[in-house]
Amino acid sequence: MSTAVRTPPAQAMATAAARGASLRHALHAEWTKLRTVSGPAWLLLGIAAATIAVSTAAVGATHCPQNLTCPVDTTKLSLTGIQLGQAIVAILAVLTVSNEYSSGMMRVTLAAMPRRQAVLAAKAILLAALVLVAGAVAVFGSVLVGHLILPGHGFTAARGFHPVWLSYGPTLRAACGSVLYLGLIALMSLGVAVIVRDSAVSIGVVLALLYVFPIILSFIGNEHWQHRLERWTPTVAGLTIQDTTGLRSLVITPWAGLGVLAIWAAAAMLAGGLVFRFRDV
Amino acid sequence: MTAQAISVPRPEAGSSDGPRGGGFGSLLRAEWIKFRSVRGWVIAMILAALLTIFLGVFAAANANIGCQINGGPPKSGRACLPYIPHGPGGEVVTDSFSFAHQPLTGNGTITVRVTSLTGEHANLASAQRAVQVGSGLVPGLAPWGKTGIIIKRSTHQGSAYAAMMVTGAHGVRMQDNFTGDTAGLPGAVSAAHPRWLRLARSGDTITGYDSAGGTHWTQVGTVQLTGLPSTVQVGMFATSPGYTVTQNSFGGASNSGGPAQATGVFDHVSLAGGGPSGTWAGTTVGGGGPAGAGPGPGGGGPAPFTRNGGNYTLTGSGDIAPVTPGPLGPFPTVTIGQSLAGAFVGLIVIVAVAAMIFSTEYRRGLIRTTLAATPRRGAVLAAKAVVIGAVAFAVGLVAAVVSIAVGVPKEENQGQVLLSAPVLTEVRVIIGTAAMLAVAAVFAVALGAILRRSAAAITIAVVTVVLPFLLAALNVLPAGVGDWLLRLTPAAGLAVEQSIPRYSQVTTVTSPIQGYYPLSPSAGFAVLCLWAAAALALALVMLRRRDA
Repeated sequence: MSTAVRTPPAQAMATAAARGASLRHALHAEWTKLRTVSGPAWLLLGIAAATIAVSTAAVGATHCPQNLTCPVDTTKLSLTGIQLGQAIVAILAVLTVSNEYSSGMMRVTLAAMPRRQAVLAAKAILLAALVLVAGAVAVFGSVLVGHLILPGHGFTAARGFHPVWLSYGPTLRAACGSVLYLGLIALMSLGVAVIVRDSAVSIGVVLALLYVFPIILSFIGNEHWQHRLERWTPTVAGLTIQDTTGLRSLVITPWAGLGVLAIWAAAAMLAGGLVFRFRDV
Repeated sequence: MTAQAISVPRPEAGSSDGPRGGGFGSLLRAEWIKFRSVRGWVIAMILAALLTIFLGVFAAANANIGCQINGGPPKSGRACLPYIPHGPGGEVVTDSFSFAHQPLTGNGTITVRVTSLTGEHANLASAQRAVQVGSGLVPGLAPWGKTGIIIKRSTHQGSAYAAMMVTGAHGVRMQDNFTGDTAGLPGAVSAAHPRWLRLARSGDTITGYDSAGGTHWTQVGTVQLTGLPSTVQVGMFATSPGYTVTQNSFGGASNSGGPAQATGVFDHVSLAGGGPSGTWAGTTVGGGGPAGAGPGPGGGGPAPFTRNGGNYTLTGSGDIAPVTPGPLGPFPTVTIGQSLAGAFVGLIVIVAVAAMIFSTEYRRGLIRTTLAATPRRGAVLAAKAVVIGAVAFAVGLVAAVVSIAVGVPKEENQGQVLLSAPVLTEVRVIIGTAAMLAVAAVFAVALGAILRRSAAAITIAVVTVVLPFLLAALNVLPAGVGDWLLRLTPAAGLAVEQSIPRYSQVTTVTSPIQGYYPLSPSAGFAVLCLWAAAALALALVMLRRRDA
């Protein structure tokens, strides 16, 4: 303990092997912290449950009557639940950091592991991995629901609708992309939480980032600003990964849209990392 | 430590309040001091107001979509605005129809038999291209295509009127002054099932009758057109709003429809009463087709009504109705609600602060001090709810007033027609927005007391208000589902922002983005209040049963 506190970073243990070891130890410590409280497990379960529930409700309520043409992107419809799931991802990500600050645990953590980058990296890796797993369950459940219900509601192959299933290329891309989307939302939220520290303020900032841009977008008609918002805001650009119809009218391609979210997440993590490195606890 | 010192954080606060321990007043005072002495919360509330105003004005200033009139150069701003008639009630109206008329002085009665109402509309498959009425039409009658008889103050657009009509899908109607609408005989009109219509004028009073056979007449309604001059215009009309097929099935932007026209055939036309019984003059009121859909048949010339013996045939396009927001209207419109778009950001900030009111006390252990000083836990909950609710109301009021005062003039410069609301409605929208924020804040306070965790409380309060709106507005869900979300969730409270009434006699895409909510403002607000009350009740039970 005392040696760990005295050792300044990057002097004694500058070798790559030592770095790997400290990251490994940090990962182990973070994993212990996460699995020994019940909150994260419930939140992970909540991500999958909320996503699938909203997707099921959206799919179950959508019918395509015989005599109408239905301008519905069946894949995007099946993945509607991501809109709610991302909020729970944000809670999980924010609490991973802010709980340690509010309880004072962060001082213990950093006293035990002065290599702060390793601590943050361990948190990010673990969080991303867990969210990807929960997200995969959530997305697979949603796709399965769409696959099972939509053909019975008039969205049949005979009427030109592709089956919502992973064998169809665009659906596979949308599904995998939605899982990655949740992972990136987690990282962006983590970065914000590291900067802000307080859980309430962090979650407020993250929820604003998630939901305000699409609302403002829906209110304005000015094409220049519409395109700017569609290209550069985290959720609007990021969720283009779910589009499988009307791709030509998108102002940003699906993968580029997810890339924009990745930039947001990277920027948040980078800023968080710098603040975390140079700020007192 | 004395009880007095515990109950009030600062000595000077309690001194003016008389008895130690105090009543609810001193509790309120204590909570208010706790609130205002946290600098972050005060800054957050100021930020909530500023962000609301900034984003609202931003949305209002960027409503512009520009326009291109008859293939001319692209324009923007007020240059886009067509002539906008206003009805007798001050609302923006469409008043375009084919009119075969003659003057009527004093009292009189017009009676006709309508034997046919048919319609044509632009081919929806090619509606993306600029289609004008009169080219490439296919048969099909809009549900609110209409023909019948009308008594109108003059041929000026927007002047007072009362009319009896047959419609495409809504039977016989009596309509007056753009907003009045009364149902008569149901069913469609045909040669086998003709409809007899009659309007009788007596002073300012006009009475409408209908009949299936021309012998037994039923009174449909009576309207007062105050200030009607002695000589009015009376005659036959035909018009049709744009044709739409699947309106309201998927979100807002599905089928915006194409221009349409309606043709009515009349016989047994008789006009009894004062004035010279002259010949019928033809006028295309409003110059024919709806603005934005190109010039109608005749292009402002004589109305295409033809007479063949006792038979009259009128063909018209346009509508006689109030203008409603949305893509189906004759021109792009905005409502005052647009400049309140920023309220969503204000809501997030306010809710975040409100949820912290309890959870912070739990985290710091202050809750034990608070409850030791005031063992009546219900009173503590009530005091916190009142303080944060009042602060949220004040913040919301300032933000809404400034947003509308600054945003609405910007909207009017956008080349979109501002569907202005009566002053009382504007007041209701402003106070309603402030009250909605206040109740949402109380909801968040209660959630914070239940969950004791601010992150979860904030997320629930924000998501239950914002996400239903977003899902209903995103065009992902069918409109029916979005409507139910906006009826059942706390997002119902957003209905206080609706400034334009819903008219059943106009086909409208009722998206929340256009300012339409499925519940009335008071009912929607009541739903939000119910959620807050339920959360408060649960919070009270939890506070009493749990240790602090």
